[in-house]
Amino acid sequence: MNEIDPKACPVVAKHIKVALVGQPNVGKSMLINSVSNAHLHVGNFSGVTVDKTEVLFDYKDYHFTVVDLPGTYAFTDYTIEERVTHNYLIGQEYDLIINVLDSTNLEKNLQLTSELLTMNKKLIVALNMSDEADNEGININSEYMSELLGIRCVKVSAVTKMGIEELIDGVISTYEEEKTDSKLIFSEAVEEEAAKIVDYLSKHKHEASNSYRNIAINLLKNNKNTYARLHDDPIWTELQPILINASKHIELHHNSDDIKEAFAEEYASFNRGIVAEVVEQKVQEEKVSLTDRIDGLLIHSFWGIPIFLFFMWGLFQLTFEIGAIPMDYIDMFFAWLGETIGSTISNEDMRSLVVDGIIAGVGAVILFVPNIIILFIGIALLESTGYMSRVAFLLDGFFHKFGLHGQSFIPLVTGFGCSIPAYMSARILKNDRDRLLTLFIIGFMSCGARLPVYVLFAGAFFSPEMAGNVLFAIYISGAMLGLLAAKLLKLTAFKGVDEPFVMEMPKYRLPSLKLVYHTVLTKTMMYLKKAGTFIAAASMLIWFLSNYPHNTALEESFTSKIENAQSEDERVTQENLLAEALLEQSYLGTIGKFSEPIFTPLGFDWKMSVALQTGLAAKEVVVSTLGVLYALGGDVDEENKSLVNAISKNISFASAVAFIVVIMIYLPCLAASIVFTREAGHIKYFFYLFMFTSITAYIMAFLAYNITKMIV
Amino acid sequence: MKTLLDCHKACMVKVIKLNAKDDLKQRLISFGIMKESLIEVLEHAPAKSTIEIRVGKMRIALRAQEAKLIEVEKI
Repeated sequence: MNEIDPKACPVVAKHIKVALVGQPNVGKSMLINSVSNAHLHVGNFSGVTVDKTEVLFDYKDYHFTVVDLPGTYAFTDYTIEERVTHNYLIGQEYDLIINVLDSTNLEKNLQLTSELLTMNKKLIVALNMSDEADNEGININSEYMSELLGIRCVKVSAVTKMGIEELIDGVISTYEEEKTDSKLIFSEAVEEEAAKIVDYLSKHKHEASNSYRNIAINLLKNNKNTYARLHDDPIWTELQPILINASKHIELHHNSDDIKEAFAEEYASFNRGIVAEVVEQKVQEEKVSLTDRIDGLLIHSFWGIPIFLFFMWGLFQLTFEIGAIPMDYIDMFFAWLGETIGSTISNEDMRSLVVDGIIAGVGAVILFVPNIIILFIGIALLESTGYMSRVAFLLDGFFHKFGLHGQSFIPLVTGFGCSIPAYMSARILKNDRDRLLTLFIIGFMSCGARLPVYVLFAGAFFSPEMAGNVLFAIYISGAMLGLLAAKLLKLTAFKGVDEPFVMEMPKYRLPSLKLVYHTVLTKTMMYLKKAGTFIAAASMLIWFLSNYPHNTALEESFTSKIENAQSEDERVTQENLLAEALLEQSYLGTIGKFSEPIFTPLGFDWKMSVALQTGLAAKEVVVSTLGVLYALGGDVDEENKSLVNAISKNISFASAVAFIVVIMIYLPCLAASIVFTREAGHIKYFFYLFMFTSITAYIMAFLAYNITKMIV
Repeated sequence: MKTLLDCHKACMVKVIKLNAKDDLKQRLISFGIMKESLIEVLEHAPAKSTIEIRVGKMRIALRAQEAKLIEVEKI
């Protein structure tokens, strides 16, 4: 036999597969971060881990696979995320569960724990946020708690990294030891009935992997899976009457006709008992907590919304103002790069490909990195501080009028960053109709990739002082249009009853700099990566399409005119005319000319039409296409090279407004469209979205063009 | 019959009964809103369309329609 290193070999090595479970906002993702140093995105609102994430790491002689499951308040299927967690826990193979709890709110968190206790799985409890609990004067006796629950409870803090090693060691010990039965104790009525069932099961030597007691409890609380398993067993006929009697007894005891409610009360009183035993709360003088004070201002019934609007306005001002500072340097850098590299390439076609194609296209996109970074920082702060839920609270009444759910706000705001995570975070909406409706209007929230187009046009037509306001206006009017579209869809396609709005408002937390940094870094790198690969390739393609086929006859006819030019001015004019004529007869020109009639009523020339079409691949490509097209044609004046100037010279104000309107409304990029289709569940929804956005965009742009023309 | 919606700001009440349907009831229960639990009303959104309450240490936002389904008594 070959010698095998036990740890390196995936077959021989010891694997521990851990399912990480907890209620939302208990710092699960943060905990997994400190355990494995993985760079996950962590947020302070329900719905960050929208799908399960797997993290791998090694510790001592073990390979760990940690599956981070979406937060769930209870063992129910209320939202899609909870369904993901629930299905994973009952259907998948794993070795044990780490249940993460928020130490500052133990009683509520134990609700999930006590439900997990009746599962046939090994369990370990991580009492997270211990540092925060200390500050609040809460002391948890974790040894006593372990004893009372019959499972390991370890105090940890994801922030200070306290107890992380103890937790992993605990996981290993739990893994190596035999499973112990939990010590969940119910009221006399339940215990009595459970004992009867256990007796019955042992009398008939029923074969099961779970303990008889757990089976009995699950039967009593109407657990569907347990029922399904026993239903086909011959003992079922005898078991059924026992269960009916038992339910009656328990319901009577609880003075309720709902067995689930009765069990919820059972769990709650067990949890209260645990908390009373293990938690020592140092008496603090009744002081108003920081969250109370901040909430008093931020969700004030009068000031709340103006404050929120002010924040958003400030964000867009910063995006433009601070973002503009490095832009000149980036612009200069690419101009320099183009010249330097261009001078080393002798072949005319190659030079043009590199300078006018790749450098002009990629440069146009990279120019907007500072703006993107600021926008992403803003959204990351909004997410991680807990303010997002407050805004959902403030806006629910308003949103409701448009047929939307207050919680739709979270995916919608995420949509300002990028539509892809926005589509995914729409899963927090329980109802399929609400979710689809939200999915349909996420595109109206202009994503980060559209920002370059807006910045470009705002810069071209407005003074720097006004540009920030224009940007804000574009975003707000996009959002307003989205609301109207929602109302329209709600009245027609998505008719139905309203879903309840019940949402946790998490504590305010200071955003961790590290986390904001990681989130922004990851997103910015994604943007840059896209610029380097996808956009560069697209720029090359567009360059090719706009340079070929060569028309030597046309070139020759101009050569003599240029040579015979009387003055410098005339020579430049003739050169420009040549470039323009060459561009028009290129492949791209042909495509543009072909589709031009469709766009003429909106005031677009063929270059803009082409830019819109390439924008279907990605919105950044709109800018790079314009960059390539205007670098080649028209304006070749040395001092006046920038794209902003080219645009303000070549495009009328009314056309520009109509162009912005189309960009605002029409289909998001290819990648987002794929995610949309996946989240909506059927390809037909993609076609609906395509039709809906295209028609809306066309009509709105037509109106915008003609109205602007009348006013200006 | 008094419901949570009838409560003023800063008012403390005890839950008597949940009149919600199964799904919503489970949700409320998982948020700690069940018989005997104590609720403090913290804030009303404009036009009282949404209210913010505190149950235990948790802050929860509820829409008026849902608040109406929670029967309470003053303590």
